[in-house]
Amino acid sequence: MSEIYQQPDVRGHFGPHGGIYVAETLMPALDELRIEFEKAIKDPAFMDEYRYVLKHYVGRPSPVYHAERWSNALGGAQIYLKREDLNHTGAHKVNNTIGQALLAKRMGKKRVIAETGAGQHGVASATVAARYGMECVVYMGAEDVVRQAPNVYRMKLLGATVVPVTSGTKTLKDAMNEAMRDWVTNVDSTYYIIGTAAGPHPYPQLVRDFQVVIGEECKVQMQEMIGRQPDAILACVGGGSNAIGIFYPYIDVPNVRLIGVEAGGDGVETGRHAAPLTSNAKNGVLHGQRSYLMQDADGQISETHSISAGLDYPGVGPEHSHLKDIGRAEYVAINDDEALAAFHDLCLYEGIIPALESSHALAQAAKMAKTMRKDEVLLVNLSGRGDKDIPTIAKMSGIQL
Amino acid sequence: MSRIQSVMQQLAAQNRAALIPFITAGDPRPEVTVELMHALVDGGADVIELGVPFSDPMADGPVIQRASERALLHQVSLRRVLELVADFRQNNATTPVVLMGYANPVEAMGYDVFAQAAVAAGVDGVLTVDMPPEEALESAKIFKARGLDPIFLLAPTTPASRVKAVAELASGYVYYVSLKGVTGSANLDVADVAAKLAVLKQFISIPIGVGFGIRDAQTAQAVAKVADAVVIGSRLVQEVELGEAGLAERLRTFLSEVRIAMDSARR
Repeated sequence: MSEIYQQPDVRGHFGPHGGIYVAETLMPALDELRIEFEKAIKDPAFMDEYRYVLKHYVGRPSPVYHAERWSNALGGAQIYLKREDLNHTGAHKVNNTIGQALLAKRMGKKRVIAETGAGQHGVASATVAARYGMECVVYMGAEDVVRQAPNVYRMKLLGATVVPVTSGTKTLKDAMNEAMRDWVTNVDSTYYIIGTAAGPHPYPQLVRDFQVVIGEECKVQMQEMIGRQPDAILACVGGGSNAIGIFYPYIDVPNVRLIGVEAGGDGVETGRHAAPLTSNAKNGVLHGQRSYLMQDADGQISETHSISAGLDYPGVGPEHSHLKDIGRAEYVAINDDEALAAFHDLCLYEGIIPALESSHALAQAAKMAKTMRKDEVLLVNLSGRGDKDIPTIAKMSGIQL
Repeated sequence: MSRIQSVMQQLAAQNRAALIPFITAGDPRPEVTVELMHALVDGGADVIELGVPFSDPMADGPVIQRASERALLHQVSLRRVLELVADFRQNNATTPVVLMGYANPVEAMGYDVFAQAAVAAGVDGVLTVDMPPEEALESAKIFKARGLDPIFLLAPTTPASRVKAVAELASGYVYYVSLKGVTGSANLDVADVAAKLAVLKQFISIPIGVGFGIRDAQTAQAVAKVADAVVIGSRLVQEVELGEAGLAERLRTFLSEVRIAMDSARR
């Protein structure tokens, strides 16, 4: 790439993607948020507080770990893991919720709302709401409430109200619809903490900018550990916040492949998946943005399938659509069974229980490592830990807990 | 002159406010939609807003969400909605029809393809709730070129600067959302609406309709005193939810009462 990458434009467009597609009532609130965010990110006091909280409350920097035993077993490239699972609350989501809670505080909002799929963002939102003394309401698809029961209880322990959403497909997209409805009703008092790098501008940019700490740390850590940058970086992509967080600082770094791993469900060829980029879905408008979107010929949003609630989403953040268009990132899909195999591998070879979401990136790394030389390096964003998935895995294995 | 413009001018000359009922196309099933549209006209509708079913109606409350779900059970696509409008036009050449829905079905069909097909079917205006003026520059241009009025929303939160942007793009009428919330929310505050409309009138020269929270003749009457048009949606969809038996007659009766109340209001 000859030009320095600089996205989005002033109205939040990443090429033909992004933008602001919401009902009029929310437009002034988004404008206010954009202005406040632009001020905050340039305000040293704000950024100092953000970094302080990340260090002392979240535990950053998160380590990079060489998964040596697993790499040896696979017999190819060396796999390194960025341990976002070791963050307070167990996933990368908290980097963003801290940033947004500080913004909410700065804007004088006393109530925050969030949508959640796997529950990680809901937990991270409930956590910061408790930390900053804000009321917190989390919308969660009724189906996800069942399959992510431990996280539902965690949110309740943290003082949040969890609202099961029974409309539509009862998953993440419906939770987001319901959060939007809450926001439009309570816009004066409420700050909407979107959990992924998607939604109306400025959210995709804002969430990215609060997640780039992942990739920035990796740049330093990889240099320290191996004296160079990895050959490829892999991250799972639902909406794509952990992926954009680790990719973004590397976009202008040559010779580092960026590989986003979508949820292949039963297989992209079966139609039962959640992989809009890999399946070459058309551009569409949903949840405030234009981006590649799984839909039928009439423009109705498709039902998605994934073992992982956090990836079970028909759309993707607009910057990933753009990175696909310009060829800077590659996107592939990993099926449920492949993700499960990687989940078990990491447990048994490394003593780490990964989130099912992150297991998709691990599975792709395993697939690639086998075909690569032993001196080549793959860096995987281990975006979350898998404790929340234990009931799902047990059930699939026919085990009664 | 567009059908919407001519209806609005006639009403203004008579010092009456327009009555704009909303139903979702294909709810409870597509076979009855045209009959229901005619019943709305018989009940006194001046313009019909016809909802285009969408899988993810983010700006709608539970009542209209369920209407979308019922219609989608019958695979009522945007193309099917256009066929229903064309059927309605067989027996009604005068009542304007405005499609109200979300961007993605239109995006999927293609803006110009849609605009041509909509005009051919007899559609007069389009309200895409999740497409604010900033993102609608292109589509509004295409719609106008094909003879469709792009209808935009204004909200209690909309500042003057944005009202001007809407005023530049909108034609037909603008739709003032009377409260912060989704469709079918709590009742509106008429004094509040009157104050806000007075401000909007400084920037907007086309008629201003008011909707969200109007559920009886009394409120409609109060709003008709200050607005150019009264939009009633969720209240009518609730009638649909009571079942198909006598539905057309119930819609007609309800609207007739609203119509009488509105027309008795001295504007």
